[in-house]
Amino acid sequence: MFSFKEIFADRWYTAAAAAIFGGFILAFASGGSQDGAQAVSLGKPLSEEVIAAADLSITPDGTNLPAGSGTPAQGKIVFAKKCAVCHGPEGKWREGLAKPPLVGGIGTLKSDKPVQTVGSFWPYATTLFDYVRRAMPLNAPLSLSDDEVYAVSAYILSLNGIIKENAVIDAKSLLKVEMPNRSGFVSRWPGHTH
Amino acid sequence: MRNTTPKAAPLSDEFAAGGGLLHRRAFLRSGTVLATSMAAAGLTMREAVAADGPEWMTKQGAPLRPYGMPSPFEKHVERAVLLPFGPVADGTGVALTPLQHLRGTITPNGLHFERSHNGVPQIDPAKHRFMIHGMVKNPLEFSIESLLRYPMVSTVCFIECAGNSFFNSNLFSKAMQVPVGHLHGLVSAAEWTGVRLSTLLEETGADVDAKWLLAEGADAAGMSRSIPMEKALDDVIVALYQNGERIRPEQGYPMRLVLPGYEGNMNVKWLRRIKVLNQPTYTKDETSKYTDRRPNGKSNLFTYTMDAKSTITHPATGLKMQGPGVYEISGLAWSGHGAVKRVEISADGGNSWADAHLEEPVHSRSLTRFRMLWNWDGKPTTLQSRTIDEKGNTQPTRAKWSRSYGPGQLNHCNAIQSFTINPDGSIANVFI
Ligand code: HEC
Repeated sequence: MFSFKEIFADRWYTAAAAAIFGGFILAFASGGSQDGAQAVSLGKPLSEEVIAAADLSITPDGTNLPAGSGTPAQGKIVFAKKCAVCHGPEGKWREGLAKPPLVGGIGTLKSDKPVQTVGSFWPYATTLFDYVRRAMPLNAPLSLSDDEVYAVSAYILSLNGIIKENAVIDAKSLLKVEMPNRSGFVSRWPGHTH
Repeated sequence: MRNTTPKAAPLSDEFAAGGGLLHRRAFLRSGTVLATSMAAAGLTMREAVAADGPEWMTKQGAPLRPYGMPSPFEKHVERAVLLPFGPVADGTGVALTPLQHLRGTITPNGLHFERSHNGVPQIDPAKHRFMIHGMVKNPLEFSIESLLRYPMVSTVCFIECAGNSFFNSNLFSKAMQVPVGHLHGLVSAAEWTGVRLSTLLEETGADVDAKWLLAEGADAAGMSRSIPMEKALDDVIVALYQNGERIRPEQGYPMRLVLPGYEGNMNVKWLRRIKVLNQPTYTKDETSKYTDRRPNGKSNLFTYTMDAKSTITHPATGLKMQGPGVYEISGLAWSGHGAVKRVEISADGGNSWADAHLEEPVHSRSLTRFRMLWNWDGKPTTLQSRTIDEKGNTQPTRAKWSRSYGPGQLNHCNAIQSFTINPDGSIANVFI
């Protein structure tokens, strides 16, 4: 079986990066070989179908966005039925509702009273689809169809004035959505530029 | 003695710094006095017991039971549960470790802090599957039964919620008067035992060029976070045991990730899936939630290591002084960067500082207990502690911390905690 240790050694050991990665080559060596962990290998192969059904996560490049589509008008109906009870009609927050509000705050981040919402704060629209599909409605997660998720995402984006009211949101158009705070983040992880 | 300002009064050789901080040898002296007075009273332990007539020595005790529980007299020692959304979302919130009632450095399993985002799932381990897929040669799934057969490693480490100490963050302009467990109880420590994540990644033949993983929980929030491959290959554990017993449901039963030193939210509980990727996923919790807005409106993203930090736990808010005299100041220090090297204590509001004694063993990236004797003269004063870790990291004042983040910002607050001791024996949280 191929071993990480060999590959790391092969690729990087002589490279200038050796100093940086040396730490984890060593860590790996002790993780794998010394305690004999590699002697046990009990994982069972996974089929593409099982993976596809389980894989809920969507990266900002749109990988894994499903088929389907929705409009703000369709989303408004879903929202009224399944979301407004906790987020308020049109996503406007009032006392007693879930925080943060889903709407507003655009342009407030530098102010004395910054309001972080999907509209004002989130860097990628893909995150909205990913999160609503996996976690909302809070009392019935994973209950929405992909069309409903597209529609309700479209509705939240249009309430924030980020897309037009007649926009159709699907795997392609969601990627074109420009979130107002897209460049508002600074990565603290070395080597990753946001 | 360190950093004594010219203002401070001259100290006798008993004192380590201002405000009544004592050298350790002061303890030996008062100890001698105590032993002498007991001998003078001429009491033996046996006589004292007989005079007291403890009724529990005169009748049979309770029958043995299969699982030990705390004494009913310790009922008050429990986690404070805070639900930010109230009944709208009663599975979304925090339960804080009652630091004011605990000593030592390992948190009892039932008192380990908890941050859950949509309730605690009751997972049947026989039905739980953990999968690794994405940029791997062989996507694999592991049953709990099979994971229990792998060679296991243990690590003693703290887990700290990025939102710990939010009462002292920019969410509040005035210091809240709550017990120290409310202030800093989103940190706990345990011995975690399980399989190295690197072992399982190697078995799948994960692509070494892939720089990121996505880890996902099997809870109703589908909690998901991106994790750098470098960390995954270094020291991440797929943990099955917590302090020797299987992980509690609140902590991720049947399995969770443990990333020593990294913010709590990344230690994904109820772990069900890892996807190997060449980019971060930018999940809701690493964008909307665990990011830190700066004064200029930009936000820090992917701040993983929990900084050097400490708090005095005795005396602290939630406790009361019993009049002037000698006390042991005791507290907890930690750093996600490595081992705690020194802890300094001030008993005069930061004018002078002295090194506290660190209890062994000092585990890297775990809770370290520090202590120091202190003679309280009954006058108002302010106690503080600050950690210096092995990399030289230390803690800012609350004022400095506050200025480096935007309004309302709460995560990654490692400001110095200040407790004012009042003449009436009450203890107050103060912002300095
Ligand atoms: C039972 C109450 C409830 C219902 C119903 C509900 N939500 Fe939520 N929602 C919440 C709570 C509570 C949070 C905050 C969760 C957290 O912070 O972990 C939240 C968070 C969110 C967020 C993230 C906001 C942010 O900026 O972080 C979005 C987006 C969202 N909900 C969308 C929806 C949509 C769309 C629906 C309907 C399909 C819905 N919610 C239904 C309670 C609810």
